[in-house]
Amino acid sequence: MHLAYPAVLAALLFSVGVYGVLARRNVILVLMSVELMLNAVNLNLVAFDVWLRDTLHAGQALTLFTITIAAAEIGLGLAVVLLVYRTRRTADVDRITALGDRHEAELADERPAETEKAQVTA
Amino acid sequence: MSTLLAAAGSLEPAARSYLSPTGQEVVFLLVGVLVLGAAVVSVTTRQLVHAALWLVVALGGLAVEFLLLTAEFVAWVQVLVYLGSVVVLVLFGLMLTRAPIGRSPDADSGNRPAALAVGLASAATLVTLVVDAFRSSWIDLSGAAGTTRLTGEYLFSHWVLPFEALSVLLLAALVGAIVLSRKER
Repeated sequence: MHLAYPAVLAALLFSVGVYGVLARRNVILVLMSVELMLNAVNLNLVAFDVWLRDTLHAGQALTLFTITIAAAEIGLGLAVVLLVYRTRRTADVDRITALGDRHEAELADERPAETEKAQVTA
Repeated sequence: MSTLLAAAGSLEPAARSYLSPTGQEVVFLLVGVLVLGAAVVSVTTRQLVHAALWLVVALGGLAVEFLLLTAEFVAWVQVLVYLGSVVVLVLFGLMLTRAPIGRSPDADSGNRPAALAVGLASAATLVTLVVDAFRSSWIDLSGAAGTTRLTGEYLFSHWVLPFEALSVLLLAALVGAIVLSRKER
């Protein structure tokens, strides 16, 4: 088999995963796209393992490890998502912004109020 | 390095060409198209549960691709872990976060054009690079490289320590998930 077939399929699948991670709004859909990217890497590992005929079979062993880590990742990720949903009632990545930088418009709104307060106290 | 040369040196241009694909290549291509289509639908559909079900199609197709690449054990692990547990976990997550069953208008965020641009750019770059790099490389599929017996032998003779470390990591992740999702009394 030509090596380009699995390599190109993995590259395209990875790009689809990148699009999904960037475009989706629901956290669980983002996690699903991450799974697609991990699977693209798995396909690459298996294909190159068969191509190189490594005596240690590093590619297939690492594929098994990646699958295990992906299972651990989705378990922990969904636990975090459920916790966020329980406290904030949303699973929307655009609305979970408590740790983000505050928007400049918001800061501009607050600044005049502060200066007024300073003038009043003065 | 010698394995690299051996893999590249077994090139027989007369027997191998783009114009006469082998049966395995044809099946790989067809299943690949199915996997890619299912993945694209899974990241673009507005129905959240359907996205998870299309993910099943994509991951199951990838298991078939692993079988075609003679990685038999990895294929069954893929079926067991991904189709059996990851997708079920995702469906549970969708239901527990009260995902709407029908179409949800806000499944995609506002930066969709930017995401499309980044995805297309990465696809173009990677495909160009990969096709250019592996233009004359062929996989020799004769002889099974991933039977369960062989997998067990190399996993438990060369990879014992990473394997055990990974089982501890999995246990830690399990305990962490339980602690995170436990309700405070």
